[in-house]
Amino acid sequence: MMADGGHERGEVMIETRGLRKSFRSRAGRETKTVDAVRGVDLDVAAGEIFGFLGPNGAGKTTTLRMLATLIEPDGGQATIAGADLRKDPGEVRRRIGYVAQGGSTWDESTAREELVLQARLYGISKTEAQRRATRALAAFQLTEFADRKCKTYSGGQRRRVEIALGIIHEPKIVFLDEPTTGLDPQSRAHMWDEIRRLRADGMTVFITTHYLDEADALCDRIAIMDHGEVVAEGTPTDLKREISGDVVQVGLDVATTGEAEKLLAAEEYVSRLETLEEGGLRLFVDEGATAIPRILRRVDGAGLELRSIELHRPSLDDVFLTKTGRSLRES
Amino acid sequence: MKLARDTWLIFQRQLHLLLRNPVWVFVGVFQPVMYLLLFAPLLKPALNAPTQAEAYKIFVPGLLVLLAIFGGLFQGFGLIAELRAGVIERSRVTPVSRLALLLGRSLRDVVSLLVQAVIITLLALLFDLRVFIGDLLLAYLMLALIALMTSAVSYGVALKVKSEDALAPLMNTVAQPVLLLSGILLPLAFAPGWLQGIARWNPFSWAVDGTRALFAGDISNDRVWQGLTIIAVLAAAGVYWAARQFARSVR
Ligand SMILES: Nc1ncnc2c1ncn2[C@@H]1O[C@H](COP(=O)(O)OP(=O)(O)OP(=O)(O)O)[C@@H](O)[C@H]1O
Ligand SMILES: [Mg+2]
Repeated sequence: MMADGGHERGEVMIETRGLRKSFRSRAGRETKTVDAVRGVDLDVAAGEIFGFLGPNGAGKTTTLRMLATLIEPDGGQATIAGADLRKDPGEVRRRIGYVAQGGSTWDESTAREELVLQARLYGISKTEAQRRATRALAAFQLTEFADRKCKTYSGGQRRRVEIALGIIHEPKIVFLDEPTTGLDPQSRAHMWDEIRRLRADGMTVFITTHYLDEADALCDRIAIMDHGEVVAEGTPTDLKREISGDVVQVGLDVATTGEAEKLLAAEEYVSRLETLEEGGLRLFVDEGATAIPRILRRVDGAGLELRSIELHRPSLDDVFLTKTGRSLRES
Repeated sequence: MKLARDTWLIFQRQLHLLLRNPVWVFVGVFQPVMYLLLFAPLLKPALNAPTQAEAYKIFVPGLLVLLAIFGGLFQGFGLIAELRAGVIERSRVTPVSRLALLLGRSLRDVVSLLVQAVIITLLALLFDLRVFIGDLLLAYLMLALIALMTSAVSYGVALKVKSEDALAPLMNTVAQPVLLLSGILLPLAFAPGWLQGIARWNPFSWAVDGTRALFAGDISNDRVWQGLTIIAVLAAAGVYWAARQFARSVR
């Protein structure tokens, strides 16, 4: 689909240095400053799916909106597809697509009308815009209801229209803010396929997500964000490898979890532990195979009832936990 | 030219969406007709006009200016709905001209106002209103400028306050004194001196006077060029300010 398919390896598509943004909000008489993004450095290579993983309020959307020229950064620089964000936002706009977290279609318009207009706003001629709209509708399996008003679409259909709108002008980079939030598992799987297809067409895809499995399965590289800062960056595999050892998850009653925590935290082979809301513990150990029998003995010896015990390889959540001291699933 | 092309694209879309909504079209035509049929008959005795046609000469221009002001001032509500749907943000990531985002919308409002104005004028002709075509066109220019200004201001304010709850009282607060102090419904000739003094500071009062002069066939009346100039300057300022809000609005 892209005119300029293959990229040179290692070509940088997005480079940011020290990107910052604070918001001032008024609560009653006080004004509070929220440091939404606090110095973000990113390097995104051409043709990759780059994931921004982080909890609510981490600053993902704010970063994206800065990169998409919607809000001006308070500080820092960025180069996007070769254009300077601060000096030449007009050129950045021509080269990127952006799909907002909260949707962007108008109830009373049809998908086809929206697509044709969107293409024309990029300076594309009427006939070419119509041709592209027809093609995009087919590519996103929207042809069947292309001429129905957007308000009649399901959530998943509407999300597909929005993504089609974001790429109708064949940008070099597309920013997708939580493309799969609110979709059922099947629609999510479809959306992943569609995002992979964009990459196959030569596009660089920058997505945000708070789904661990999405970051893991879909993204070539990820940056983990928390409180406006990037706390880790790399391929999912590398990030997980950084955490040495195994994770042992023991299932306990909520009532006995506290006691077991005290007990096991004292064991020298447990490097760190985390309590689970539903009852139980996640223990970080050097080697699961030797740790499990010792854990069993200790818990049994104290007369606590064990409901389950599982051995895991570290997940991205464990990476997040290591870097921030909190679990992504809880925040 | 990019600005003209972009404006045309936005205008087309907005007009298309308006025409698709039959309720809106019906209300837009029906409301002014009601004023004309149900309110105007009270005027001849109230204004002490010698004939019904004389009464219309005073009332019709006032009604048209009223429609231009209100038609424009409340357009911001539609924009807030668009803002909420994310349509504005989606436009703002494209290279489309920010001025065109405003002008396309405001011109749609101007056109729909002019359609209303033509309907009312034609009806009034049935009631023996007579006005020269040249004067009428100049009066329409005045109306177009008023609608351009009020709709631009309404859009700009909508982008600033971002909520219907704030926009509604704000627009009402603006509209009320503007309405009362412009002599729109009844000429200020009946007003005491102090009221006339305040009204001199209301630009719409000049616009109404000018429009009335045009309907009376008095094109050389100073109020005509004065009204047109005042409104044209304000319209330009309103458009400039509102286009800046499109360029910088956050969320
Ligand atoms: N326009 C704004 N005015 C004030 N504060 C804002 C504004 N936009 C964002 N914030 C604040 O900045 C912080 C980061 O918000 P942001 O939307 O970037 O988070 P996020 O990572 O996208 O979260 P989510 O996963 O919930 O979408 C939050 O604390 C938020 O309340
Ligand atoms: Mg977000």
